Amino acid sequence: MSENPNNWPLWEIFIQSKRGLEHKHVGSLHAADAQMAIENARDVYTRRQEGNSIWAVLADNLHSSRPEDAESFYDPADDKVYRHPTFYTMPEGAKYI
Amino acid sequence: MSMSNALFTYTLRRADDLLILSQRLGEWCGHGPVLEEDIALTNRTLDHLGEARNLLTYAGQVEGKGRSEDDLAYLRMEREFTNVKLVETPNGNYAHTLVRSFLFDAYHLPLMQALLESKDEQLAAIAGKAVKEATYHLRHSSEWLIRFGDGTEESHQRAQAALDAIWTYTGELFETDAVDAELVKAGIAPDIASIQEAWSKTVDAVLAEATLKRPEDGFMATGGRNGLHTEQMGFLLAEMQHVTRAYPGATW
Amino acid sequence: MTEPINLEEGFQAKIDAELKIEPKDWMPDAYRKTLVRQISQHAHSEVVGMLPEGNWITRAPSLRRKAILLAKVQDEAGHGLYLYSAVETLGTSREKTIDDLLSGKAKYSSIFNYPTLTWADIGAIGWLVDGAAIMNQVMLCRTSYGPYARAMVRICKEESFHQRQGYEIMSVLSKGTEEQQAMAQDALDRWWWPSLMMFGPTDANSPHSAQSMKWKIKRQSNDELRQTFIDRTVQQAEVIGLTIPDPELKWNEGTKQYDWGTIDWTEFYDVVAGNGPCNKERSAARNKAHDEGEWVRNAAMAYAAKKAKQKAA
Repeated sequence: MSENPNNWPLWEIFIQSKRGLEHKHVGSLHAADAQMAIENARDVYTRRQEGNSIWAVLADNLHSSRPEDAESFYDPADDKVYRHPTFYTMPEGAKYI
Repeated sequence: MSMSNALFTYTLRRADDLLILSQRLGEWCGHGPVLEEDIALTNRTLDHLGEARNLLTYAGQVEGKGRSEDDLAYLRMEREFTNVKLVETPNGNYAHTLVRSFLFDAYHLPLMQALLESKDEQLAAIAGKAVKEATYHLRHSSEWLIRFGDGTEESHQRAQAALDAIWTYTGELFETDAVDAELVKAGIAPDIASIQEAWSKTVDAVLAEATLKRPEDGFMATGGRNGLHTEQMGFLLAEMQHVTRAYPGATW
Repeated sequence: MTEPINLEEGFQAKIDAELKIEPKDWMPDAYRKTLVRQISQHAHSEVVGMLPEGNWITRAPSLRRKAILLAKVQDEAGHGLYLYSAVETLGTSREKTIDDLLSGKAKYSSIFNYPTLTWADIGAIGWLVDGAAIMNQVMLCRTSYGPYARAMVRICKEESFHQRQGYEIMSVLSKGTEEQQAMAQDALDRWWWPSLMMFGPTDANSPHSAQSMKWKIKRQSNDELRQTFIDRTVQQAEVIGLTIPDPELKWNEGTKQYDWGTIDWTEFYDVVAGNGPCNKERSAARNKAHDEGEWVRNAAMAYAAKKAKQKAA
């Protein structure tokens, strides 16, 4: 996508705010290589102690589903209520289940 | 020299190095080579300034004359500043700025590490915070030096030129006098020889990876620790101090 | 299986249902263009906005103020970066966006073409300029384009100290010496009207506004935001004993709002057209930073390429 080969590529940044939590997408930035991407992410996205761990993914390597697939991807899950615990009737008085 | 005099001078020297370096680096804010690096450099500037403020405040307490961090930063004259000349050299281009920072970081980190063991609790506590920051600073400046040295021909030349120009200011980092001797004896300050050794090792390792040549130790600039500065220093202070001095006694 | 759907209607239906538009969704070209223009102007404003305030970093009158100002100007770099990223999700690279700024093709907020002449200007900018910007930004947290809204949420969170530090500066000056009080009043006098201009032309003269409201890019009109800003700020000025430089300013019991004077729109359009006090200086400073940074950026890429090659070998 970049016009000039000297332009730093785009990286998507994921930050874990606390040990035990998932890494969450926080935004993107430019960097010449992975190490710089992580350090830039540290400087850009953790200035207020937001971070505990950083992932940097080259934006070109990130693949995304297409919005036009949304119906066929996600709607079929609509009627599978048996995947949810509230679907089941438990006998009166049973505990810890 | 009394112990508290020595401790005051020693603390002030550390403070002045960081204060003047942060003053120089602050000039970059908004003018960096790329947004990400502008932000990174300002993080460094803020770290230096924060450490300078802690040290100035402590120096004021040690002195016992009621001088605050601002009194010490804004109301001293040029001859009373005790920073090394290295940190007052103008920013020049980005290679100059980062080579200057690298040469300072490679000294500052082992110094702070050593001060963790200081018998002076306050200095040890300040060093505790500074070590973490300085570790990142050295990493940042080393990586840039390597990128410059081993990047393009132009960046290599610029980095080498900066190194050659600044080298003369590195001797001062390792000067000692009666102040240091007294504090070393008291277990408050580390022996500078060990710091110089660590510095030299870091410099050699990074320059090798950067394919840059370590300049010869020729004439070494001196005087900063005793308040004899470069001609640039007066302008730096004039800029830094003029508002405060124009309104004596005002609070901000 | 696929019914013939009108893409444009489906798009508007999503907006009407308060669903966010995401980068890969279909969107009308004009929506994309409007966003690219607006978000990049916004990004440029953050980055150019670093200059007038950065002008005082080396001269801040206390170390505490120096640290605050550095952190604030740094935040603006961050905000510019977040917004350039949002533009990239629309398919326009940062390079291209920045080229438009450097060539003078793209606009940024005219407020940054005014000079910072005294320390009090740093207070006035935080209080008034950031105050006005926040009005807009809070609204934009609910804008219809997902990446823009998310960037704005982050920005609003970070900006919350910006206005407060500016007001604090003004408050301290107002309680200071006579000279300091005069400095604060002078700054308010110079920044008040340009701050009101930040909300843009009147609704009647704002050609793109109706469409932007329909697309929920904007959620409140220029005049509404401006009025709210005035109503809030007048009270704040009173608290610190400063006088808003508008002889026609008067509380209206009927509307429960302030009535106020008239903006000098000639000045507004003049500055937009490039004839402000600092237009040339701002552009020159951005171009200089970009040009002098080129070898730095190239070196990093060259080194990264070398390392990647060595790793592959």
